[in-house]
Amino acid sequence: MNLLITPLAALGRQTLAVLSRLGEVVIFVLSAFSHIFRPPFYRREFINALFNIGWLSLPVVGMTAIFTGGALALQIYDGSSRFSAEAVVPQIVAIGMVRELGPVLVGLMVAARVTSSIAAEIATMKVTEQIDALTTLSTHPMKYLTAPRVLAAILVVPVLVGIGDVIGIYGGFLLATEQLGFNPATYIRNTADFLQPNDIYSSLIKGSVFGGIAALMGCFFGMTSGRGAQGVGQATKSSVQAAAVLILAANFLLTSLFFAT
Amino acid sequence: MIHFDTVHKAFGPKKVLQGVTLDIPAATSMVIIGGSGTGKSVLLKSVLGLIQPDHGTITVDGKNATQGDRDAFLARFGMLFQGGALFDSLPVWQNVAFRLLRGSLKRPKAEARDIAIEKLRRVGLTPDVADLFPSELSGGMQKRVGLARAIAAEPEIIFFDEPTTGLDPIMSGVINDLIREIVTEMGATAMTITHDMSSVRAIADNVAMLHDGVIQWTGPVSEMDTSGDPYLTQFISGSAEGPIEAVR
Repeated sequence: MNLLITPLAALGRQTLAVLSRLGEVVIFVLSAFSHIFRPPFYRREFINALFNIGWLSLPVVGMTAIFTGGALALQIYDGSSRFSAEAVVPQIVAIGMVRELGPVLVGLMVAARVTSSIAAEIATMKVTEQIDALTTLSTHPMKYLTAPRVLAAILVVPVLVGIGDVIGIYGGFLLATEQLGFNPATYIRNTADFLQPNDIYSSLIKGSVFGGIAALMGCFFGMTSGRGAQGVGQATKSSVQAAAVLILAANFLLTSLFFAT
Repeated sequence: MIHFDTVHKAFGPKKVLQGVTLDIPAATSMVIIGGSGTGKSVLLKSVLGLIQPDHGTITVDGKNATQGDRDAFLARFGMLFQGGALFDSLPVWQNVAFRLLRGSLKRPKAEARDIAIEKLRRVGLTPDVADLFPSELSGGMQKRVGLARAIAAEPEIIFFDEPTTGLDPIMSGVINDLIREIVTEMGATAMTITHDMSSVRAIADNVAMLHDGVIQWTGPVSEMDTSGDPYLTQFISGSAEGPIEAVR
């Protein structure tokens, strides 16, 4: 009998733990959004977050996008040449970058760079009692630490996505015109003619959602971190994992929402 | 006055506080002693709402510490944390003036900076420290900055969490003397937790010993050495022999 009950009990405990954690995340997210809209607002923390999340992410976003755009052009050219359709390279690079690769790769880069940094910073603050110190100084940690970062990410990651989309398309353009013999003017015209406003809106909305996810996961795992160096490490790792998985899941949902016919 | 009435707190199966009852009269300095892990910090953080007690009540001047306007309540307190808990991203003067730069006690930036520099001077630091970052300071200097931050808004009640931990004996003596002087000149109510007996003798008007989740002994510091309480006597002497188990 025990052989049957023990694994079932373990499964039950695990399920309850997962549900409890999920509940904590939902409460945290609702609390974070409520603090975004209620004063006081910490302008300086918001501007710092804009700078850290936006400006400092530009190099990694740019490098990721340009190499991805180039590789995408090469793959499309190679694949389409099998049925003599090489001319579609500009259109497919544009749609691939703007609809999918731009937002997803920028989201994942932000998760790697920003989520980890937010989680490690806040977890260290927790371990060193800086979060308690904030409370004793009449400053709500959610309002001071979480709200500015989440708002900044929601606003600035779409800008990063837009820049990533442009650089990615430029990467494809460079590869196609320098190596594959495409005419530059034709390439640009084909790209511009093919993209629809809906492609661009969806890209920017995805960026906003992914930015929010990245910042929220960093803040959540930082705030709920365990003790010591191990706790900080665990919080950082878990935050990036959760952000990456949620970004990919959200991408699927948003793509279904925008483009399912 | 701060009044603890049968305060209980457990973390999972570990019962840390098991009915703490204690009075801290206004404008006196109470030092709570006890071994590591006996719940001293939990007791202190319970007053500030950083930890919620499971049972019992804590009142400050007759008002329940968990009810009413939190900002107004917390504005009455200053706290020196064990590790300083200075904000790494802010220069020293903004750490000290943190409360004066935002919220209900907000002042113009220049005035807040002047107050911060004055408080830094009060704890023996020169104004050139003001623009450094906490990571550029020694442990002793960080404690002093933490102390300056605790007194910046001239609170009625000041908490000191292990104020001399990690400091050499000379710096410990300096911090102890500063705490005693500041508490006396401000007329503040002070609650200090420590297991450093030199701190106890330097800071305390009254002493309470926390052991097994309850206050084992409390009384004036002058009666501490002659109390006859076996727990307190063992703790003061630092002996491994006695009612307190050396291995916990």
